[in-house]
Amino acid sequence: MADITQSITYLDALGRAQREEMARDSSVIIIGEDISLYAAGGAYGDVDRKRIRSAPISENGFAGMAVGAAITGLRPIVDLTIASFVYLASDPIINQAAKLRYMTGGQVRVPVTFRASMWHNQANAAQHSDRPYPMFMNVPGLKIVTPATPSDAKGLLKAAIRDDDPVLVFEDNDLWAVREDVPTDTEFLVPIGKAALRRAGSDVTVVSVAGCLQPSLQAAEALAGDGIAAEVIDLRTLLPLDTDAILNSLGKTGRLVVADYAHRTCGVAAEIAAIVAEEGFDLLKGPIKRVTTPDIPIPFSPPLEKPLYPSSASIAAAARQLL
Amino acid sequence: MRSVAVFRIADHKHRLSGSERNTLGKAILQNDIEAEAYNRMLRIRGFEQAVGRLIKEGEVAGACHSSIGQEAAIVGACLALRNDDYMSGTHRSHGHPIGKGADLKPLMAEILGKATGVCKGRGGSMHLTDTSVGSIGESAIVGGGIPLATGAALSAQVRGTDQVALSFFGDGAVNEGAFHESLNMAAIWKLPVIYFCENNRYAAVTPAASTHGQPDVARRADGYGMPGVIVDGQDFDAVYAATVAAVARARRGEGPTLIEAKTYRFDEHCIGLFINGTYRSKDELDHYRAERDPIALFKASLLSRSHSESALGEIEAEVRRLVTEAVTFAKDSPFPEPHEAYEFVYSNPAGFRF
Repeated sequence: MADITQSITYLDALGRAQREEMARDSSVIIIGEDISLYAAGGAYGDVDRKRIRSAPISENGFAGMAVGAAITGLRPIVDLTIASFVYLASDPIINQAAKLRYMTGGQVRVPVTFRASMWHNQANAAQHSDRPYPMFMNVPGLKIVTPATPSDAKGLLKAAIRDDDPVLVFEDNDLWAVREDVPTDTEFLVPIGKAALRRAGSDVTVVSVAGCLQPSLQAAEALAGDGIAAEVIDLRTLLPLDTDAILNSLGKTGRLVVADYAHRTCGVAAEIAAIVAEEGFDLLKGPIKRVTTPDIPIPFSPPLEKPLYPSSASIAAAARQLL
Repeated sequence: MRSVAVFRIADHKHRLSGSERNTLGKAILQNDIEAEAYNRMLRIRGFEQAVGRLIKEGEVAGACHSSIGQEAAIVGACLALRNDDYMSGTHRSHGHPIGKGADLKPLMAEILGKATGVCKGRGGSMHLTDTSVGSIGESAIVGGGIPLATGAALSAQVRGTDQVALSFFGDGAVNEGAFHESLNMAAIWKLPVIYFCENNRYAAVTPAASTHGQPDVARRADGYGMPGVIVDGQDFDAVYAATVAAVARARRGEGPTLIEAKTYRFDEHCIGLFINGTYRSKDELDHYRAERDPIALFKASLLSRSHSESALGEIEAEVRRLVTEAVTFAKDSPFPEPHEAYEFVYSNPAGFRF
């Protein structure tokens, strides 16, 4: 079964993951804004409409309700649409979902999935362009996945829905139209906590976060033209972080670039740099390079916005500085 | 049973239905329910007094918020629920699980931070969650339990059970957005939930009169399209009857009710809190303690019915024994080992390095 694939987009893959899991398990429900329109279009399959909740604009309220539903027998998917809105739901995510199992001494489990799509480089200005995952990495009790391919979008979202802990799924909106051969098997899952080796190389490791995979692979291709063999690691999961995959690759290359569209301070790249400094210092042949977005709000005007983000050119330039 | 003082103040569209009137009229408490109510109210009082003694003995870490004065509101609401009905609560968390019937021993052990505590020492006084009696969370985030109970009600509706959820919260919580968002969603989806405001008149040390444009919380119900009920929170019979009606409405699939129990906190916001200044008068406090003690009122009422002084004395003795047992159990229990701090973070912790 696993070898049967179909060419679908990243967005289709997310939809299929939800549809398959709703068909498989009657405890899976979905809550979010505007979803009745998509439900009418059959996006969630032929399921009891009680399981599809088109909510008022009350992110705090329905995220908290999803936590209450999760600890009483359901597996809610909360569609928060644009990632900047996660902040409105951050109290129930941080104070309830992440902590209730711990604070009750293991009396409850909290199988809830929060989806949020990250919009950037699309002239939406600062209140629609955030990538909040670094903040949530600082919250014990959460899991965070960041699919960068259609197959991972399907496999990680399905794994998140089946997981007994709260999982945040941060999706890259500009990958929605990317197409790939995706396994059709309804049991196809991508394990949470495992990075993927996307390209092997021996000179420099490029660790890619979320949607930075494409420019990272393009950078590796450009570097190959210069005779530099870059290894590309796609993290896929941010909590728990696959530290072994990073250190193993560094053991081969001795050089590390971390590429992330998120802001720089206390970001994923900063955390990886700290881990490598503590646990892989002897492996390093040079400084760790972070290729990130500057610490300024995202501007509206395209000529202001576009140059801020990591690109294949800036990732390749960082790698060249190490060689 | 004497007549029950229940005032419905929502608009005419939400007048009592015939069956609701019937429920109220027939909410005649059986002897055993009355005895159980007295027992549970005394258990809360005795538990809180024991906690106060343990604090003086230096046995308690962290803040404790006492439910003394609010026993009738809590027990009247809880006894209207089944064991499998859900309940969420607040930082003032001791009374809710006791009201719902929880064993006192693991609750007291939790307050002392012991390994045998109901939350194994991870929660403490503000978070006495006991899922064995339907509690789904005592939240120290003001208003945090309201969406949880609303979600539990959604869960019951989706799963097709006839369970209901009751959310306890204070007068301070109704000014949180979570209150507004939850009540609106419960109303549009006719969720089986009872919003139960223990209005003890003060959010910590701030009077509700200075933070509520409309002093009657229950009047807000009309804005959400649900019935609102104001009830004397010092009167067990009134609280019980009002909650029975709200639970019946929820089980029938007719949706949520907002109940406001006007009650009073006899202790400070938290036990031993130093207040530099005055936020309530000594006369007011004396009045409530002397004239409006819910247990004294209920006992007088029980004696005027078919209960004898000796029968009530037996209940009082049993509760004293239960509280003593709980204190002994808690004191004798071991503390958790430091390395156990890393347990219960995740159901599936694979991949995490703590």
